[in-house]
Amino acid sequence: MNENDNNEHKALQKTVTKLVSLCVAMFVFAVWVMPPMYDLFCEVTGINGKTASQYQAMSADVDTSRTVKVKFVAINNSEMPWAFKPKDYTIEVHPGQAMTTHFIAHNPTSKIMVGQAVPSMVPSNAANYFHKTECFCFNRQTLAPGERAELGLRFIVDQDLPKRVGTIVLSYSLFDVTEQSPDEVESKAQEIANKSAQASANTVQNSREIKTLEFM
Amino acid sequence: MLSNSKRSLVLSVVVGILAVMPVLASAGEWQYNMTEGVTSISKDVYDLHMLIFYICCVIGILVFGVMFVSMFLHRKSRGAVASQFHESLTLELLWTAVPAIILIAMAFPATSTLKDMYDSDDPEIDILVTGHQWKWRYDYQGTEVSFFSNLSTPSAQIDNEQEKGQHYLLEVDEPLVIPTNTKVRFLVTAADVIHSWWVPDLAVKRDAIPGYTNAAWTYVEKEGVYRGQCAELCGKDHGFMPIEVHVVSKAKYAEWLAGKAAQAAEVKAASSKTFSFDELYSGGETLYATNCAACHGGNGEGGVGPAIKGSKIATGGITDHLDMVINGSPNNPMMAAYGEQLDPVSLAKIITFQRNAFGNNMGDSVQPLDIVTYKQGQ
Amino acid sequence: MAHGPAKGFTRWLFTTNHKDIGSMYLWFSFTMFFLGGIFALVIRAELFEPGLQIVKPEFFNQMTTMHGLIMVFGAVMPAFVGLANWMIPMMIGAPDMALPRMNNWSFWILPFAFALLTSTFFMAGGAPNFGWTFYAPLSTTYAPDTVTFFIFGVHIIGISSIMGAINIIATILNMRAPGMTLMKMPLFVWTWLITAYLLIAVMPVLAGVVTMMLMDIHFGTSFFDAAGGGDPVLFQHIFWFFGHPEVYIMILPAFGIVSAIIPTFARKPLFGYSSMVYATASIAFLSFIVWAHHMFTVGMPLVAEAAFMYATMLIAIPTGVKVFNWVTTMWKGSMTFETPMLFSIAFVILFTIGGFSGLMLAIAPADFQYHDTYFVVAHFHYVLVPGAIFSITAAVYYWLPKWCGNMYDEALGKTHFWLAFAGLNITFFPMHFSGLAGMPRRIPDYNPLWADWNMISSVGAFLFGAAQLLFLVIVIKTIMGGRKATARVWEGSHGLEWTVPSPAPYHTFTTPPEIK
Repeated sequence: MNENDNNEHKALQKTVTKLVSLCVAMFVFAVWVMPPMYDLFCEVTGINGKTASQYQAMSADVDTSRTVKVKFVAINNSEMPWAFKPKDYTIEVHPGQAMTTHFIAHNPTSKIMVGQAVPSMVPSNAANYFHKTECFCFNRQTLAPGERAELGLRFIVDQDLPKRVGTIVLSYSLFDVTEQSPDEVESKAQEIANKSAQASANTVQNSREIKTLEFM
Repeated sequence: MLSNSKRSLVLSVVVGILAVMPVLASAGEWQYNMTEGVTSISKDVYDLHMLIFYICCVIGILVFGVMFVSMFLHRKSRGAVASQFHESLTLELLWTAVPAIILIAMAFPATSTLKDMYDSDDPEIDILVTGHQWKWRYDYQGTEVSFFSNLSTPSAQIDNEQEKGQHYLLEVDEPLVIPTNTKVRFLVTAADVIHSWWVPDLAVKRDAIPGYTNAAWTYVEKEGVYRGQCAELCGKDHGFMPIEVHVVSKAKYAEWLAGKAAQAAEVKAASSKTFSFDELYSGGETLYATNCAACHGGNGEGGVGPAIKGSKIATGGITDHLDMVINGSPNNPMMAAYGEQLDPVSLAKIITFQRNAFGNNMGDSVQPLDIVTYKQGQ
Repeated sequence: MAHGPAKGFTRWLFTTNHKDIGSMYLWFSFTMFFLGGIFALVIRAELFEPGLQIVKPEFFNQMTTMHGLIMVFGAVMPAFVGLANWMIPMMIGAPDMALPRMNNWSFWILPFAFALLTSTFFMAGGAPNFGWTFYAPLSTTYAPDTVTFFIFGVHIIGISSIMGAINIIATILNMRAPGMTLMKMPLFVWTWLITAYLLIAVMPVLAGVVTMMLMDIHFGTSFFDAAGGGDPVLFQHIFWFFGHPEVYIMILPAFGIVSAIIPTFARKPLFGYSSMVYATASIAFLSFIVWAHHMFTVGMPLVAEAAFMYATMLIAIPTGVKVFNWVTTMWKGSMTFETPMLFSIAFVILFTIGGFSGLMLAIAPADFQYHDTYFVVAHFHYVLVPGAIFSITAAVYYWLPKWCGNMYDEALGKTHFWLAFAGLNITFFPMHFSGLAGMPRRIPDYNPLWADWNMISSVGAFLFGAAQLLFLVIVIKTIMGGRKATARVWEGSHGLEWTVPSPAPYHTFTTPPEIK
């Protein structure tokens, strides 16, 4: 009887241990596996239109027989007071040809602000054939009060872009990430301080020179 | 057990409902089915909907038929004796295989319609549709035409003080205008939370997601006004951000677009004009109602957002007030940055109104030029 | 050996008896059912006619959110756990649940979870207002501060369900009487075994998703915030990876209940027992690969859209098998129509109608028109109200005589059934029409175009609510007294629970029964 009870107890313990582990495993799966898996899945398939990170290789062949329209869209998140516009609405490119364009951003506020542009692409599966060798979206952008900047973008459309894709829309949504980027704000403030110190030093020097001239 | 009289009562109610249904439907008031819409895709969708509906009806009649026959014949009160059979592999296989075949048959037309819906390539016009809490913004790509589309139903109708109009809650101040016989692509996105842009007659429904740009397209042959609503819960006024699409001839569209562009230029020019206090204040009143009242209350009493009446911002320094409206609140994402959403004239009117309405009586005013200077100056 | 319950309140506080805990779960769920029902009636009252009359839009959103949360996590799930507690040990010949102390705990944390959740009504910012699906960023960046209480509430609910599920699996796998092989278990036990595995697989995912929200809100991560490199659509994928199996968690035990009741009143064994088991298992498996059909409009690529459409259509096959088996069980039986049977038949018919609209929703191109309209509301209420609520009601009528030893009043029971049946159909059938005619869900006010359907729905809702008050009266009346029930209770009943006297003694099967 006792041994029987003991066996039963062990079997029960085994079941419960297994179930608790399954539970923990599923929690780990949800928090630590699903997000990276989703990102990887998106990157491989181009699913959510997020264009992959920096592209290294430069391809040589330009397919001049084909022209693809690339359209640029700028979107401001509602908290973002910057003016944000593409320089060109549409560019026509040949697959394989490297192109450069830029977006114009202006910080109208009296504060140093940091923005992050989030890319998205239509059709989403074109993202795998759209290579950015240089993009302002790779980093956060910091603008001083009143600063206007040209944010550069250099890209190549892959020769293997499916034939049925004639136009690609590349959109950037601009988000305010000032609060999340104290380091960027700090270094910008430093930069401004240095510049104005230099500027005033220059003025002082100039005025001295003038004075010297006067006395000579 | 149903007695005979009860059974005939139930039966007559069912028959009655079925008989009355088409009559009610034809009365027009009682729309009860999906719209066929005005595009080839919306018609395909409608056909798919009806096809699957009829398939369900046939299966339903068969299954429920067998069930009702059994409930009638095989009842103990009629002296039925229970059989004891409880297995049949043939039957199990049969009722696995038959639905499978029906489903495969259904998958073909569904997939082909789906493909058409996804083919948004090479449109003649691109319109950026941005969902905001709680209004839509339309940017005609490649032009300077860009505007917000707000609910235009007066609040008196919503509060039951006035009789409701025919297009109650489905009408806007500035409709989206597109030409006939033109492939138009909607690039759908959002500036705050998730919304969904839905016009049933076009069979277009796309979620507007911050950071994403989704594409949908349409090609309408028939001129007309087509209405829709936001279809994803987006906060307090989710039910109050309708969509109104006017489909007009190509000539009319060109005319409208030119008019809009001229209007934009006019607003730009007006930015350097000086307005009288009364012009600013009375213009601000209407603008306040469409842009601010949802959160701050029709009488500035507050709601989701803080009160304007007697608030520190509206009765404090002008610069702080400009900063709040133009750049948004640093602490509360719901207070958007309006500097890029509204033109300087409208902003000047709204700020002047807020500083002087609801007993704030600051006596000062803001000119469009102040806005422009503020935005450039700092 | 057998001794009776302790006296007074401590009996309930410290009890480890599966019958006591089962009763507490059932009463708790009944309370929550009325609370969620009141919220539903507020919604229906506001929608009675166009215009804003009773509540403000922000409160309306709190009502729809709390109605959903309370009905799903407070009413349906605890009711099924209560039935499992009462019936599973008695059906498999076990003296109690495998982990009786944990059983006590898993119940007693529930009232705290719901107290936490409902207390938000009295806080600044109000109750959760972002829908029971709480899509980010409406539920993160743009949520009221009370969202933190919501998150902790969901955590506690999740822990409770997981403990309940572990207990049920441990009981079924380890405590069966000798000779009770898996394929001899009643279908209710089978469906609960599979449900419990679903719970263990997906409740941690729900806990995970709310934890990620908590981190996004308070600890600066950006899982779901596009600005920081996160993705709001990821939220929906994880949520529905939980959410779709969750839907089946609320329906599989119902299949088990109906599979017990129909054979009893048809006086004929269940048709296709083993195919029922396999069908349940396939439904459970499919539930993990169809989640994105809730997201057909988010802009997934064509291939994914089509794949999820096909997978979703597949669900119709095992579900169809079940319905056909029930109908064939009735065929050539010797049927009587007592209240549990009436509810079960209504279950089969109305659940099938809900299944039909589900099949329509599976067709992705058509879903672009159905999505987030009242058609969807009609669909899931047709599967959940006749599915979960009717089956629970049927189960209560069916087993109540076993629990308290008295027969319920058959005439009152049938009145309850007809009122509930009429109320349900008057409430939810018109929603198909208003949805197809273009009415979005979760809106507090609407165009007069849909006014007539809404008025009918609202009338039906109050009728349905009144019917449930009658149910409460019937249950209390039966517990207080009535015709004494025999051990067998029903002429056609089979199974171990009918071999013990009515009311079932405080301790049953302290020595395992013999299974032939």
